[in-house]
Amino acid sequence: MKAPAISTLGLRTLELVGHLGRVALFLSHIGRVAVKKPYRLRRLVNEVFDSGVLSLAIVCLAGATVGAVLGLQGYNTLTRFGAAGSLGAVVGLSLVRELGPVLTALLVTGRAGSAMAAEIASMVTTGQIDGLRMMSIDPVDFVVAPKALAMLFVLPMLSALFIVFGFFGGYIVGVELLGLDGGTYLSSLENSIEFHDDVAQSLVKSVVFAALVGTIATYRGFHAEPTSAGVSAATTGTVVAASLAVLLFDYVITALWSV
Amino acid sequence: MQPSPIRDFIVGLFVLAGLGALAYLSIQVGGLSYKGPGGLEVIASFDEIGGLAPRAPVAISGVKVGQVARIELDPQLRARVTLDLDSSLALPVDSTASIRTSGLLGDQFIALEPGAEEQLLKSGEEIEFTESALSIERLIGKFVNNAGLDDDEEKKK
Repeated sequence: MKAPAISTLGLRTLELVGHLGRVALFLSHIGRVAVKKPYRLRRLVNEVFDSGVLSLAIVCLAGATVGAVLGLQGYNTLTRFGAAGSLGAVVGLSLVRELGPVLTALLVTGRAGSAMAAEIASMVTTGQIDGLRMMSIDPVDFVVAPKALAMLFVLPMLSALFIVFGFFGGYIVGVELLGLDGGTYLSSLENSIEFHDDVAQSLVKSVVFAALVGTIATYRGFHAEPTSAGVSAATTGTVVAASLAVLLFDYVITALWSV
Repeated sequence: MQPSPIRDFIVGLFVLAGLGALAYLSIQVGGLSYKGPGGLEVIASFDEIGGLAPRAPVAISGVKVGQVARIELDPQLRARVTLDLDSSLALPVDSTASIRTSGLLGDQFIALEPGAEEQLLKSGEEIEFTESALSIERLIGKFVNNAGLDDDEEKKK
């Protein structure tokens, strides 16, 4: 009676370890072709356009909205203590440390990560990846690596833009709508944020998140089952796994940073 | 995909905007522009530093001239604070360093008041005159104690 349950556990564990090993091999393959000629800059630029420029509108709009909400919530709470002057610090620190990198990563996962996975998975399904192999073109080099690298390059920039637009949204609500002094808002914001603690942490987070999202999206797409259900499973799996990984690693990085 | 000049241009604009946002965050907001080691390292010892922390600003008449580099405990169990100041600063040896609070609940910083001597402080030297942080708890404690004593004395009378 017990033996099958234990065997199932063993099988699942082996599957998990095998999965992790395949992800590591896949990553090292991407790394190898990324530093090797040809660099395929043309494809990289196109991917930056697809995942970066086309995500720009949603990221900037979301940033401004989040900043505006932070401004409103922060103002309502801070006026109770007569500390509305530190609204800039509240908006700035929450955006730079947490909301900027995390929300940008989640938005980009939904906007660009899912598209990446679906595109690669449908190439697998329609035999285009096999076609590349037949022409002795490495599909990882030609299709996967530009997408993963573009993600690594694009996410930190989108995160920075999200944060700047968030400052702007907070400014609109705090200063223009609620009547705080603009100089107080900006100086409280600029004085509370330190490069070493806050901006560097924000950058490290967005680079790590970019690596996670890029790896998960391309891996899921590349190893999708060659059916239409496989394409949809790869897309859904990417969004779920990447979002959870981003939130989990956010906690880990924050905890390690304060050590 | 064939080359498209418009697409390249838009990607270039995107990269510029991203780098601009990163630079704004690092330099303007993150305060990276102030070059960390200013060169003139001066020591000041205090009995009580309150909430003073490393990288707290050092100011003369409210103008930032450096930051707190290190805080240690010296053999006499006093707080030994190393200040990293702008090397072009001409600070007389009889200057005073005092720990102040910006605003009522603000962060603590060190205010320097230049003295009148002609001799200037050199790197590694110590500021002799210091003024410790005012601790509100201690002030209230003193006040309550004094008030209590007064009451007792009055009762004795």
